[in-house]
Amino acid sequence: MFDSAGRPENRAEVQNSVSTIAIGFARVLRGSGLSIPVSRVMLFVEALRLSGIDKRSSVYWSGRVTLLQDPEEILIYNHAFAVFWEGQRSKGIEVVMPPITVTLATDDPSQESIDNDAETNSPGPKVAVRFSRIETLKAKDFSDCSSGELRELHQLIGNLKFSSSRRASLRKRDAKKNNKKLNVSKSVRKAFETDGEPVYLKYSRKDTRPRRLVLLLDVSGSMEPYARALIRLAHAAVVGRADVEAFTVGTRLTRITRELASRDPDAALRSAADSVRDWSGGTRLGATLTEFNNEWGIRGYARGALLVILSDGWDRGSPDVLRTQMERLQRVTHRLIWVNPLKYTPGYAPLAQGMAAALPYTDEFIEGHSFDSLERLTEIIAS
Amino acid sequence: MFTNPESPTAVSESLSEHGYLSDAGLTTAVFLAMTMNRPLFLEGDPGVGKTELAKVLSTWTGGDLIRLQCYEGIDSAQALYEWDYPKQLLHLRASELLAKDETAGAAKESELYSEKFLIRRPLLQALDYQGAGIPVLLIDEIDRADDEFEAFLLEILSEFSVTIPELGQISAKKLPLVVITSNRTRDVHDALKRRCLYHWISHPTLEREIDILKLKAPDVGEVLSRQVAGAVQQMRSFGLFKPPGVAETIDWATALGKLGEAKLTEESLGATLGAVLKYREDQERVVSQGLGIILSAVSDV
Repeated sequence: MFDSAGRPENRAEVQNSVSTIAIGFARVLRGSGLSIPVSRVMLFVEALRLSGIDKRSSVYWSGRVTLLQDPEEILIYNHAFAVFWEGQRSKGIEVVMPPITVTLATDDPSQESIDNDAETNSPGPKVAVRFSRIETLKAKDFSDCSSGELRELHQLIGNLKFSSSRRASLRKRDAKKNNKKLNVSKSVRKAFETDGEPVYLKYSRKDTRPRRLVLLLDVSGSMEPYARALIRLAHAAVVGRADVEAFTVGTRLTRITRELASRDPDAALRSAADSVRDWSGGTRLGATLTEFNNEWGIRGYARGALLVILSDGWDRGSPDVLRTQMERLQRVTHRLIWVNPLKYTPGYAPLAQGMAAALPYTDEFIEGHSFDSLERLTEIIAS
Repeated sequence: MFTNPESPTAVSESLSEHGYLSDAGLTTAVFLAMTMNRPLFLEGDPGVGKTELAKVLSTWTGGDLIRLQCYEGIDSAQALYEWDYPKQLLHLRASELLAKDETAGAAKESELYSEKFLIRRPLLQALDYQGAGIPVLLIDEIDRADDEFEAFLLEILSEFSVTIPELGQISAKKLPLVVITSNRTRDVHDALKRRCLYHWISHPTLEREIDILKLKAPDVGEVLSRQVAGAVQQMRSFGLFKPPGVAETIDWATALGKLGEAKLTEESLGATLGAVLKYREDQERVVSQGLGIILSAVSDV
């Protein structure tokens, strides 16, 4: 396992303290929001034994290569490392949990204490839902809905189905009929059963795969009435089908795919809300799109994908930046869909500078203010 | 005979002996991958030297570099092994023609599934390695393969053995050193990452990049090397679509060297920009705003 040369004699003791320290450090990292499975901690302990704990560099890097899985985690790791190994070392392994600032109150309409409307609506007996009322509700602008209505709508959004438009895959699958290519290896293999006579021929054809769906949700202040519904929508998409990625854009870019992956919508939304730090902030659409393109989109996440931007197009940055980034995106995506809740407003014209700049590069420009419009979005995605 | 290194420092020395300059993070990762027998999962921008590392590791360990380039739709027939069906069929026909009597025909079945007809793909080559040294298995651009393949790979990497129904189990006698690279075009599954040591290779520092140029483009003069490295560092701060990687730096320095330039001028920079920037927009941006900045920043090196 590990060499005995040059190791202290009271090895058991050293080992013990190494694992205690490692576990303590892992707890700090977990407290900072990283997910560290036990197997990784064991790996870290072994790494520390091999590379020693006498040098900062080897401890730092042993931890980094064993405990982390994504470059996004590096900043958090650095911070936790400084706190644990450099700041508080003398005090032993006190677990410090750096608070994560969350500005969002709650995202869950079932937690009634926060909403005023909820109090008036919820204690009363549940009104039997009549067809016409639901129909009206489905068409109603989210920003005009009471929180009781929103709750119903969120339920409906949660039930939306995201069937996939498909693309050709390079993977082959078996095929029965004549239209496909001869699968030579399978046919020959089959021929062995009949003394080398190719009696039964085997065919294959190209398989299809669901096209990746990427959702970019604007969570800036101007989108506030719609943000919750849109996050619900993203959750329904992430759990509802394969290969969906969700990001929030606002003043910064946050990937929320992992957070939304929980089946339980409330848990998923809470954890997504925790990770997004710029709820209801300003909009730097161009800047966050740049970040998306550089770090994720052009690299591969947006390539050949259906990309849906859910935003009102208000951007405090320069429209040129947004234009350039939309052009880049348009070149790599399969289809670029812009969902704008304001489009519904009578007399709406895409005058917001950002929207005007982005519009020429979108393949579809649709409304997103109500349940009906979101349902239409799922139809477009499926087509 | 190759023996595992004793410390990350030893790794760093051996790597640079074989022409690869690494930083503390990468050497620790390589050290741990070797001593703990874990696959090394490398991510980073294109051109930072992920594949190169695997090549250098194989010259160091004295084993073969066995490379599996991933692509969408890759499956076990292309990654692990496949029976050579046409050859088997021909063999069957030939033996039928040659021997009319029954006794010769009976041997066919076991004969057909012998090693003679087995096509060894990279994973099997790595597991069944007979040569000298420690083989390095490079699984390149795993993000291009699909989920199904990842699951399959996971199985191989956790057991380091494979069962071929007709031949039986083949287990690795020498554990290969596994390097997996990804350009991050999609998320690789956690289950696979969990088995590996993870390292994100970032762009090198200025001094490191100058050293790399000295090593990789030895014909290029000292002044030019420093200027090129400085200019590339500048370009990375411009927010370009595709910031140049180390590979581009080396290309660019070599290109300037071939043109007989001794130092960077506005003219030579403009003429060779295509070696370092591969987007029209990036070139325009550097030309319109950056040439002056770059030149003034590197003029005094």
